[in-house]
Amino acid sequence: MALHRIQVFRIFERIWHWSQALLIFTLLFTGFAIRDLHRLIDFQTAVNLHTLAALLLLAIWIFATFWLFTTGQWRHYLPTSKNFAQVARFYVYGIFKGEHHPYVKTYRRKHNPLQALTYLAVKTLIFPAIWISGLLYLAVSFGLFDSLQASGVGLLADIHTIAAFAVLIFVILHVYLLTTGHSFAEHVRPMITGYDEVELTEEEYAYLKQDEPQKIQD
Amino acid sequence: MNLKPLFVLWPLLLLSFGLAAAEDEKIEYGVSEYANTFQDKTLKQHHNRPSTADHGEFDELKGPFASGPEVTKACLGCHNKAGSQFAKNKHWTWEYKHPVTGQLLGKKHLINGFCTNARGNEGMCAQCHAGYGWKDEGFDFTKLENIDCLICHESTGTYYKTPNSEGNAACSVMFEGKPAIEWERVAQSVSLPSRNNCGKCHFFGGGGDNVKHGDLSSALFNPPKALDVHMAADGNNFDCTTCHVGEGHQWEGSRYQMTVFDAKGTGKPGMPRDTASCASCHGHEPHPKVNVSGLLLNSHTEKLACETCHIPEFARGGVATVTHWDWRTQGKLKNGEGYKLKEYTQGNGEHRATYKSIKGDFKYGENIQPHYAWFDGTFKFTTLDTVFDPSKTPVELNSFSGQPGDKNSRIYPFKRMLTVQPYDKGNNTLVYMHLWGNDENALWGNYDLQKAISAGMARFNKPYSGEFDFIETYSYWPINHMVAPKEDALACDQCHSSEGRLKGIEGIYMPGVGGSDLVDRIGLLAALAALLGVLAHALLRFISGRRRAH
Repeated sequence: MALHRIQVFRIFERIWHWSQALLIFTLLFTGFAIRDLHRLIDFQTAVNLHTLAALLLLAIWIFATFWLFTTGQWRHYLPTSKNFAQVARFYVYGIFKGEHHPYVKTYRRKHNPLQALTYLAVKTLIFPAIWISGLLYLAVSFGLFDSLQASGVGLLADIHTIAAFAVLIFVILHVYLLTTGHSFAEHVRPMITGYDEVELTEEEYAYLKQDEPQKIQD
Repeated sequence: MNLKPLFVLWPLLLLSFGLAAAEDEKIEYGVSEYANTFQDKTLKQHHNRPSTADHGEFDELKGPFASGPEVTKACLGCHNKAGSQFAKNKHWTWEYKHPVTGQLLGKKHLINGFCTNARGNEGMCAQCHAGYGWKDEGFDFTKLENIDCLICHESTGTYYKTPNSEGNAACSVMFEGKPAIEWERVAQSVSLPSRNNCGKCHFFGGGGDNVKHGDLSSALFNPPKALDVHMAADGNNFDCTTCHVGEGHQWEGSRYQMTVFDAKGTGKPGMPRDTASCASCHGHEPHPKVNVSGLLLNSHTEKLACETCHIPEFARGGVATVTHWDWRTQGKLKNGEGYKLKEYTQGNGEHRATYKSIKGDFKYGENIQPHYAWFDGTFKFTTLDTVFDPSKTPVELNSFSGQPGDKNSRIYPFKRMLTVQPYDKGNNTLVYMHLWGNDENALWGNYDLQKAISAGMARFNKPYSGEFDFIETYSYWPINHMVAPKEDALACDQCHSSEGRLKGIEGIYMPGVGGSDLVDRIGLLAALAALLGVLAHALLRFISGRRRAH
């Protein structure tokens, strides 16, 4: 086992991440305007932007889901108990003692176990809640599902809003956690350049060197 | 001599003279209700569909004619079905049997929140009846030559009507000094009705320009596009009959039973239309489906009437409408004479009476935001026979049905008129007043409400307890005219905000009005907690880092 600088985020993942980030910020901002929590933009602009951003994000999600399953990358999101306790302990205790982050990225596991579980929850609970309620809401606003018109749409809006707050909380934690462990810049850089220090077995290294040499930077 | 006080006093003196003069200018002696509806105010309209006949060349119309009925006989000589057709029309019968509520309505029966009742006052009110000579119950509705063809069809603009009976001496000066009608000229001018024909009566309903409807005023004789996108002379130049279509002297658009949701929409090409609905031309998906807004606006048509967004304000174009009418103050005189006090100056510069001896006090409004409510097209009226509870005011002279979820109901704009008017305190009913006439009981001239009510009720053998009081009433006038250009339609924020126009409308969730406060509050608290949590975490890291550094 040795540390190597290899490509962990492919160009698709990086575009996916940053476009998703931009769209989620747009959706939060416009969505809270539609919900009357602020009036920094007018209602019509907010609705138009929100709808278009949502449809765009949905398209990206469809691509990403397809990509995750065809490339096998979905395995990164499988929950695991291995090292879970150490990582959790680090955030509530070790971090204050100046300890180093106990997790080192591996080729098969680029997320730490806490990260993986969080992303899994986001992908399987929060995002489906937001886009199912959102799509139904959109369908109602476009005149479909008459039965939902009168009262049901209010409930949809509430579910959508609850999920939106969950996303907001995720964003807060996500951004904050970038400041932990290594420096903020070191956390953000891999998502820009794609490369990061990863622990590779000799077999993995040999395989990469043979089949995908462009992925190794060192 | 010390002139100083004079210098000080002089401007004050001038000012007081000025005020007195201004006060006098606002007072107009007499009770004339004459409104100038001559064509000098109106636009000569050309019809888009040129007629196949020039009535000026017909021998039948060469005359000579000495009266209206003589002209009508000539009309009916060729248009041999027109008389029996028109005899069924509300403009002739002033009577309407409501198909849903079964109520017997029409001007012949109803009491409104303006001059209250036409019944018994036909001598004055029937100037706007499309007939000749209706002054009392003796009018013969089977005598077809008494139909007034000219009021709707003449196109010179010189035709006019005067009261069918004599009023009180105080009122008799009202219609003097008009040029005689040239019957041959007006008869030969006939064409399809133009805005001028309809407007002469309908723009002056309730006793003056735009008094009644709020969305029908003399401003529509020649409206700019900003006032009415359909009737604008520099635009579509629609006649009233462009929308109020029909065949055989029956046409659409009565408010007694309205078509709020026109299920047929535009129909198939060539299909005859018989509705005066927006959808009959624009369909149910009128907004271009080229962007999110267009799609979303189209789905609004399931809940909103077109008028709700597209007539953002009524009484536009410089002509005010009466919003409050208080009968309690009628009868005040100056120098023993009835008078008007003109203290409201409307947008076009004309002064409107805020007090009339014969009618009481008025309040006016212009560019008024409508009252909104769910409406399915059916009005129910408080008639003379309706007993109401006087402790529950205002009494609704016309109430309406409609609810969310009903496919025929839409959120609809109304003018809501507030009136304080006499009622029978003993029987808890509305009353007929005897307003017009040359007798000691007519209110207009004698100013005695007790006598006017007694006579008004006795004339139709209606019970009157002998004691009257005043009661507040509401009347609702649907707003359909003065459709603004699309760029002036309501912006989304006008309704989609916490203090929006549809505040209080039930049965709809409106984004932007704020949803469940609980959800928002918990969500915001949770987000705040997350933010404080990470800040606390960061602070702890900072403190522990400094400790280690020491």
